Amino acid sequence: MNKMPKWADAVLIPLISILLAFFFSGLVIWAIGKDPVVAIKTMVQGAFGSTSGISYTLYYATNFIFTGLAVAVAYHARLFNIGGEGQAMLGGLGVTLVCLAVPWPHWTLALPAAMIGGALFGAAWAFIPAWLQAKRGSHIVITTIMFNYIGAALLGYLLTKVLKVPGSMLTESARFPEGAHLPNFSEILAPFGINFSPNAPANMAFFVALLCTFLFWILIWKTRLGYEIRAYGQSETAAKYAGINPSRIVIIAMLISGGLAGLMAINNVMGEAERLIDNAVEGAGFIGIAVALMGRNHPIGILLAALLFGFLYQGGAELSFWESIPRELVVVIQALVIMFTGALDNMVRMPLEKLFVALGKNKKKEA
Amino acid sequence: MSVQNEAGRQETVAPTASAPAIELRGISKAFGPVQANKDISISVAKGSIHGIIGENGAGKSTLMSILYGFYKADAGQIIINGQEVNISDSQEAIAAGIGMVFQHFKLVENFTVLENVILGAEDGGLLKPSLAKARKLLKQLSDEYELSVDPDALIEDLSVGHQQRVEILKALYRQADILILDEPTGVLTPAEADHLFRILEGLKKEGKTIIMITHKLREIMEITDTVSVMRRGEMTATVKTAETSPEELAELMVGRKVLLRVDKKPATPGAPVIEIENLEVVDEQGVRRVKGIDLTVHQGEILGICGVAGNGQTELLEVLGGYQTGTGKILMNGQEIDLSGKHSNGQTRRARGIAHVPEDRHDEGLILEFQAWENMVFGYHHAPEYQKNALLMDNAGIKAMTQTSMDKFDVRPPNPKLEAKSFSGGNQQKIVLAREIERNPDLLLVGQPTRGVDIGAIEFIHQQIVALRDEGKAILLVSVELDEIMSLSDRIVVMFDGQIMGERLPSETNEGELGLLMAGITDEEKAQ
Amino acid sequence: MDYLTIIQILDSALRLATPLLLTCLAGLFSERAGVVDIGLEGKLLAAAFLAGAAAAVTGSIWIGLLAGIAGSLAFSMLHGLASITFKGDQLISGVALNFLAAGLTVVIGQSWFQLGGRTPSLSGNGRFEGWDLPFADAMAKIPVIGPAYDELISGHTTLTYLALLAVPLSWWVLYRSRFGLRLRAVGENPSAVDTAGISVVKLRYAALVIAGVLCGLAGTYLASLAAGFVKDMSAGRGYIALAALIFAKWRPWYALWATLLFGLLEAIGNRYQSIALGDFVIPVQFMQALPYILTVIILAGFVGKAIPPRASGQSYVKER
Repeated sequence: MNKMPKWADAVLIPLISILLAFFFSGLVIWAIGKDPVVAIKTMVQGAFGSTSGISYTLYYATNFIFTGLAVAVAYHARLFNIGGEGQAMLGGLGVTLVCLAVPWPHWTLALPAAMIGGALFGAAWAFIPAWLQAKRGSHIVITTIMFNYIGAALLGYLLTKVLKVPGSMLTESARFPEGAHLPNFSEILAPFGINFSPNAPANMAFFVALLCTFLFWILIWKTRLGYEIRAYGQSETAAKYAGINPSRIVIIAMLISGGLAGLMAINNVMGEAERLIDNAVEGAGFIGIAVALMGRNHPIGILLAALLFGFLYQGGAELSFWESIPRELVVVIQALVIMFTGALDNMVRMPLEKLFVALGKNKKKEA
Repeated sequence: MSVQNEAGRQETVAPTASAPAIELRGISKAFGPVQANKDISISVAKGSIHGIIGENGAGKSTLMSILYGFYKADAGQIIINGQEVNISDSQEAIAAGIGMVFQHFKLVENFTVLENVILGAEDGGLLKPSLAKARKLLKQLSDEYELSVDPDALIEDLSVGHQQRVEILKALYRQADILILDEPTGVLTPAEADHLFRILEGLKKEGKTIIMITHKLREIMEITDTVSVMRRGEMTATVKTAETSPEELAELMVGRKVLLRVDKKPATPGAPVIEIENLEVVDEQGVRRVKGIDLTVHQGEILGICGVAGNGQTELLEVLGGYQTGTGKILMNGQEIDLSGKHSNGQTRRARGIAHVPEDRHDEGLILEFQAWENMVFGYHHAPEYQKNALLMDNAGIKAMTQTSMDKFDVRPPNPKLEAKSFSGGNQQKIVLAREIERNPDLLLVGQPTRGVDIGAIEFIHQQIVALRDEGKAILLVSVELDEIMSLSDRIVVMFDGQIMGERLPSETNEGELGLLMAGITDEEKAQ
Repeated sequence: MDYLTIIQILDSALRLATPLLLTCLAGLFSERAGVVDIGLEGKLLAAAFLAGAAAAVTGSIWIGLLAGIAGSLAFSMLHGLASITFKGDQLISGVALNFLAAGLTVVIGQSWFQLGGRTPSLSGNGRFEGWDLPFADAMAKIPVIGPAYDELISGHTTLTYLALLAVPLSWWVLYRSRFGLRLRAVGENPSAVDTAGISVVKLRYAALVIAGVLCGLAGTYLASLAAGFVKDMSAGRGYIALAALIFAKWRPWYALWATLLFGLLEAIGNRYQSIALGDFVIPVQFMQALPYILTVIILAGFVGKAIPPRASGQSYVKER
């Protein structure tokens, strides 16, 4: 017997949770002496008011789609991958090595190779925690956190000692060759006669992210592997009974998760910076947690949540520019979204369930 | 016999010495739409042992949980020693002199016995004096009531029987006058159960009042003074034990005459299907669970394995099901199967014609969050007929197949898109059974097929198992219910401590003999 | 490397270990009661910010300390609300708190002080002073023991001595008091505690209060040591403390050794940009990553198995 209709569970609860998160964010803005309404207007204007703003919004959203899907794949196997940040960093390394290895003649060749490089490095960084969880029972939450720090130290070392251009003051790699340049929205849309800001960062990677979203849906709900991942996620003992190898699922789910996080690098490293810089991921790995939670680990939900966070990120940048509210406001919103949609789920759910039970009783009486 | 209705018999209650130890009046409790207790009234005399008997889900545990303050009753009164009390949490129950021994013990595994005994009943903020006091009292109690247990042992190192004694000691340390035991013998060997009963008799002599919840008629007859029968949340009768019979109680429990015997033709066993030689299982903790077992199951027979839970039956099923490793030799249809787990798992076993209805359908047989159709291929999801192409599963085809199976096995409601957790226990079991039987296996492993299943479904499930046997399939049945073993099996094997204690034909044995074997007492030992 | 250098490195290790130790003990109380606390980092940061801000405004680090504890406690209670009262996922709640602290400290700090997320520098009574233990000056002249006493043992702030004192105190509370028995029980098997008539919820909240106070001390220490709050100044110390807690197998004395070890690693990393072992040079980044690497190795069970309290991470749902 279900206490609540499905739509309420899938739509109403996340909606209320997000509204609560936004309400408290507004409260923070108000508390620091700013006008929340002006803030929202500034953010909307900044994120959607120009093609440049839209481009940035989509660029950020692309990052978050990748990391959100990464968290969600692991979550379907009941693994909480907090290591998206480190996996995306390592993905950047993979993309960089691929892009710098060959004088690429055209992006159509460079992109698939870079995708493989990014996914492989991201997956490799997820493999060790996955293997330790599967074979040694080491808690994946702790190990992935540790690997974020280890990854940051590793990249710091490589950028200062190995990848740095000799003689340069900057801790960054060499610029990628021209042929590894991904078309941005301006270049993609020009043939259709649409004018788009030429210097804004949204690029081909956005479409790769959309493709991954679709493939994610196929994987989780249409394939045997997805079936096994979900089965293992719901009950390990039942999975064993059914002949599903738990170690195999843990490792595969984490490899896919790490691969998706690593793929993010084709957007931020290859598509935008066109070189590897320090702290290229900028917390996108962590935002993936908020995106996956808010999107209920469903591809459509993740897509919408990623767009919302893309808007928040771009809008937040404008906010700091025009209203001198620090960009960290977005981190506050992100925290509140995680809190309300993730940890405080029951706070919203319990009263709603009571409401629906009461409504159901009334209906019966009328009938 | 005399069936009395206790409700509202006493009009005024005075706190006298003759007042009943416990009186419940008009207790009702609902969980959402489910009415777990309906207007229940009982009265238990001081210094007596009162049994509460009923099927699984009849509302016995809910009633006792209300008495212990775990749930709050929607309506009704609780009167202890003539005083009405308001019990809203365990603290108040303890203060009212009530102690409870839960079915699943509430002990901290890596604490010592002493620490567990004083937990929540310490004197003052420091542990030392409390521990000393408890040590003294424990010694005294163990001498008085055969309740000996090492006060410094860690709980995790104690046997189940000893752990139960710690639970009783906990209650006595809190000076409980009323002791409630919920299914106390479920995990005990008959010998341990007898020991428990001696302890209870001793406590009764000291004037303690004991309420025992069980679904085992034998225990009720053996130890109680009075007995109440519950059915579907209602108290159907309260009688003096001496004035009733097991048959009568059984009828009161289920509400109609029960067929304890299943109608079936004599077996006609054929060739061996599975031959087990010298099987050994060591679990993850390094404990030898199965100690050199030899077994054979033939076509067209039901081999029943009985024993107290935890004597290696579970591990035996797991090894055969392919998700536990073992050593020894097993031939399936004459071909050896892998026991190391390196080349086998649940799916390879299924491919060899072994189907498995596991003991625990919630944790193993089903994914409760999955819809019925997803569960209907669980374990067989790699089978070619469930695939659309190399990549995708044939979800539409699976749903159609599920619909057919649900109709055939009378699963209600017959809706493939309903999540497994939304079905009743009996219907969940039918889903599992349908899945395993419909694959037409050579060998069916069945563990506790009717645990938590309503009476109507039990008959249906038993019929299905017998029908499969009549098709010439081999069936290995594991059950802790002696009735079930006796009525379904063509041959019976008793397991104790990972070993086989003996083999009997159901027509040539009785529950008493099997009970002794289950306790590890063989004929030779008895003769000595 | 001469003797005085070693003493100085050890002294610096103790200084750096202090916040780790306090945070680690905070995590110990919380997790022993069955509440996993990934939010240590956030509490540390929130406490450091409020302590820094209050000390800057009032000029008194003691008022800063109260503010720091209050901030950390507020975060602890939020964690309790999510993970105890509403039975939410403790990991997710902890992650959210870390982000909340990272965001709020900068947003509020910027609007309050307009210093780009910093608080004004602390000086004088705005910081904790080191205590010169008796005879430190006199003893400094005695060879070997003298410098050790003067440099290493003497001269620390109140909070360092308090942190060291907290170790035996925690041990005593956990293993010798009624509260400790109940706390450990609730982390192992909450239903045993519940059926014994003790409130699981209250015990877990009590553990979170202790954790909040300890993190408040640690955060204030950070703000005092750095003479003010700087954006992201906890810099992963909450996670290192979590690592130390695993390293310590959830035991107070082990927690002391683990945090001292991690403090030592940080001290060595601070003093030497890179360490040459013959031809091979250990990069500073390796030293920074070493606590995390060590924790992974411990978690992998290659060096003894770390078994957390059995009920940690699970909300308590009553069942028969």
